[in-house]
Amino acid sequence: MYDFTYQKPSSVADAAKLLSADAEAKALAGGMTLIPVLKQRLNKPSTLVDLAGTGLAGISVAGGKVRIGAMTTHAAVAGSAEVRKAIPALATLAGGIGDKEVRHRGTIGGSLANNDPTADYSAAALALGAAIVTNKRTIAADDYFQGMFTTALEPGELITAVEFPVPEKAAYTKFPNPASRYAIVGVFVAQGPSRGPSGVRVAVTGASESGVFRHKAMEAALAKSFSAAALADIATSAEGLNSDIHASAEYRAHLIGVMARRAVAAAG
Amino acid sequence: MGFQGIGAAVRRKEDARFLSGSGHYTDDINRPGQLYASIRRADRPHARIVGIDTAAASAMPGVVAVYTGADLQADNVGGLPCGWQVKNKDGTPMAEPPHPVLAVGKVRHVGDPVAVAIAATRQQAKDAAEQLAITWQDLPAAGSIKDALAPGAALVHDDVPGNICYDWHLGDKAAVDAAFAAAARIVRLDLTNNRLIPNAMEPRAAVGEFDRATGEHTLYTTSQNPHVIRLLMGAFVLHLPESRLRVVAPDVGGGFGSKIYHYAEEAIVTWAAGKLARPVKWTAERTESFISDAHGRDHVSTAEMALDKDGNFLALHVKTLANMGAYLSTFAPCIPTYLYATLLAGVYKTPAIYAEVKAVFTNTVPVDAYRGAGRPEAAYLLERLVDVIARDTGIDKVTLRRRNFIPADAFPYHTPVALQYDSGNYQATLDAALKAADWSGFPARRAAAHVKGKLRGIGISTYIEACGIAPSAVVGSLGARAGLYEVANVRVHPTGGVSVFTGAHSHGQGHETTFAQIVSDQLGVPFDQVEVVHGDTAKIPFGMGTYGSRSLAVGGSAMMKAMDKIIAKGKRIAAHLMEASVEDIEFKSGTFSVAGTDKSKTLGEIALTAYVPHNYPIDELEPGLEETAFYDPKNFTFPAGCHVAEVEIDPDTGAASVVSFVAVDDVGRVINPMIVEGQVQGGVAQGIGQALLEGAVYDGNGQIVTGSMMDYTIPRADDLPSIKVGTETTLCTHNPLGVKGCGEVGAIGSPPAIVNAVVDALAEYDVRHIDMPLAPQKIWSIIRAGRPPMAAE
Repeated sequence: MYDFTYQKPSSVADAAKLLSADAEAKALAGGMTLIPVLKQRLNKPSTLVDLAGTGLAGISVAGGKVRIGAMTTHAAVAGSAEVRKAIPALATLAGGIGDKEVRHRGTIGGSLANNDPTADYSAAALALGAAIVTNKRTIAADDYFQGMFTTALEPGELITAVEFPVPEKAAYTKFPNPASRYAIVGVFVAQGPSRGPSGVRVAVTGASESGVFRHKAMEAALAKSFSAAALADIATSAEGLNSDIHASAEYRAHLIGVMARRAVAAAG
Repeated sequence: MGFQGIGAAVRRKEDARFLSGSGHYTDDINRPGQLYASIRRADRPHARIVGIDTAAASAMPGVVAVYTGADLQADNVGGLPCGWQVKNKDGTPMAEPPHPVLAVGKVRHVGDPVAVAIAATRQQAKDAAEQLAITWQDLPAAGSIKDALAPGAALVHDDVPGNICYDWHLGDKAAVDAAFAAAARIVRLDLTNNRLIPNAMEPRAAVGEFDRATGEHTLYTTSQNPHVIRLLMGAFVLHLPESRLRVVAPDVGGGFGSKIYHYAEEAIVTWAAGKLARPVKWTAERTESFISDAHGRDHVSTAEMALDKDGNFLALHVKTLANMGAYLSTFAPCIPTYLYATLLAGVYKTPAIYAEVKAVFTNTVPVDAYRGAGRPEAAYLLERLVDVIARDTGIDKVTLRRRNFIPADAFPYHTPVALQYDSGNYQATLDAALKAADWSGFPARRAAAHVKGKLRGIGISTYIEACGIAPSAVVGSLGARAGLYEVANVRVHPTGGVSVFTGAHSHGQGHETTFAQIVSDQLGVPFDQVEVVHGDTAKIPFGMGTYGSRSLAVGGSAMMKAMDKIIAKGKRIAAHLMEASVEDIEFKSGTFSVAGTDKSKTLGEIALTAYVPHNYPIDELEPGLEETAFYDPKNFTFPAGCHVAEVEIDPDTGAASVVSFVAVDDVGRVINPMIVEGQVQGGVAQGIGQALLEGAVYDGNGQIVTGSMMDYTIPRADDLPSIKVGTETTLCTHNPLGVKGCGEVGAIGSPPAIVNAVVDALAEYDVRHIDMPLAPQKIWSIIRAGRPPMAAE
């Protein structure tokens, strides 16, 4: 780890000010990605702005939305009775991220801001049509994810909360990388709250070179009939999918079908 | 307190320390004035070092010194020695190129140490190592056996033609050729044994210290054999006499073989501490472990069995290419030869065997022993081959094994590959395992799995291994450059407690418990009053360390011999005190008594007399009660057994999981059944890792792809089933405890059982063999190829 300055502001405004003032400064949420990167000397920030004191943790459910503060840990989401009741798939997803230690440090805001193409939360955000709330504006999930490790966030812009509309049904199924346990393929399917062609959303993480994406062909098929059988004839092209020692692009394309069908079956 | 002697499942003494965080590991050691070393390693597989500019790094804050290979050479530091010389078919010695402590001239693998920066803090040392300006001239690299043997391949060592370290053979070629000519059938199998990266929980570390007053060097290191390190480093690398070099291996968090060898970092910190007259510490980061700890396995083999019409094995011919990596690690040459080809008879009475092994240099991390070391490779090859024979001939795989077993009444049994098995009963372990695994109930379980949409398979392996390493004269004739006896010093204290100093080393095996049980049992001393000391050359007379499941068979036997001497001396003291003849003194349960009388003295009374010799046969006997024994084993020991695995495959994803595992092993006499169970389970966990999950991958250019746990799959708890362990005992006939060893059986017997089970699960896809690791994608490819695409959905 290279030397850096450590700051722990007590408000989002102060944090944003510190980050805006220094292009080399980085925000620290749970640190479950950033700290290993620093330890490997792959990044050299001038300052780490720790968001732990900014009061961004917390969960509330109201008006058909689950609102989760950016600094809420995965363990808190997984263990929240409110989340479990409103969007059980989201609680299950959070409970399947990393390991216990990671879940008690890692945060939803950190995960979404980093936008690792194999992370889990991005699939939930996209499939549920979440709103990413920042200190400056609200960004629709469809506009937020802009390729691997790339988001719509601007310099000095911090996620403060994520709002998930409560669906009628939803499920997330992941085929993990056996070593890292990140998603080789993760598929989140959701139906509702609205009906009709736009009422079904299927988001795929882990698979694509350009990060999380919506599977429009599957969405169309499921809008007609929300059943695993409806996906039987939907093939996914291997083009543009990741390939590594654990999974070729072809294998990933196949797994998208398998995981999607299982997610639909699990959503009921 | 219940019975705590031989056979009791006593809880491990050492665990209170480990589980409460009170263990004392090398990285916990900090000495006054200590500096930190950071090693700059090659980030490329093969390159000439055109120049190293140390000026900028040397001037950085806190930096005390920067050394390169040239500095070590100038100070007459030797290369890392190899402890075993294997000879070629023609009798000439193997190629043994130099293995410099820091690279000289060129680097030969990613991770090859090039220079060291030493500074006041770990971070400063790391900063300086990073700042070293190295000018490279990249060379083509040979990243695999295949690449290294290709015509015109890059030479890892300029003076080793064809990258061949040795071309060795064992067995009777003429007899094998004749049997093949007359055979009813020949079954052939090509297979690889995947390369593994050990990953002990504790990364390697070393602290060097120099005492200017006495001129003594001390090395604290994560080693399985501190005396061997002292011998190798003192005699060959740093040219220090034993009297001026102390090596301490304190608590060590797992080794699995990877901490046997003498590594460059040990020499670097010891030498630098002397140069700077300040302690120097180095601790590996996990990423460094991946590219500097010796790897294991990595064979490419062809096996052919000649059969008669009934499936009797007539002759076996094996050709193996073994990857040595870029340099010869300490014991590397003997692993694919004397610890591999000698085991190719397995548990079968195959009359003729011929094995040819070519060891190959590549631009990869050196390869050496890893849990099982050669024997897993032999067991895997043979047990896969036997299953393929069953498949090709249509003979039931259990029947085929039984038909070819060495019968229980054939011991001692001479194999055609140089070993003499002293005892065993392979039908017994097989029967017990089949029963424990409910073998006959498998069809119902397969049918039930089918209903759930899963493919279920069952697999078996009946393996043997050789451990209790090893008779010195035998290994000496085979090229070992050391003896492989073990040493024990037993000290009975004046008040009756006992300290045992052993040359074996515990790094997870539970020696402090097992050895205390033996001493408690033999001398009748309460278990709690027995202290086991290991890991310090200043405390222990000598020792060859722990590997090859040798601690109990060899180290325990040395302890027995030393205790025999204690008892013999005690009898003489007792005879004097009780005015009886020595021949009439009996010793039992801690008490010396005169036969046929009620006169007796406790060991405590005898010990007190020995140290306070007021009434003592001082003219004929020295005071004190302390004895040392060196025990050289008469033969290897031969644990054997039967493992049965059941797997289920998800046909949609290809993911296989082991759903049931039974291991029935004959490890000889069991001292502590709980520790044996744990050792077997740990070994099986690593076997499951090798079979399904682990595999080091280098790309075509010699870059390591599986350089961290993000890509290299270590088995986790949720990858493992509940592992049922049983024992069926035949005693070792040639050591005083009748023990055989249990540390490696799990890792040896399990991979073929698991692969056999997966192949069985895929029976409907007409699969003959799949190379490890059986990763989901590999299995999915087979399933996909075997079905029309839509049907696979």
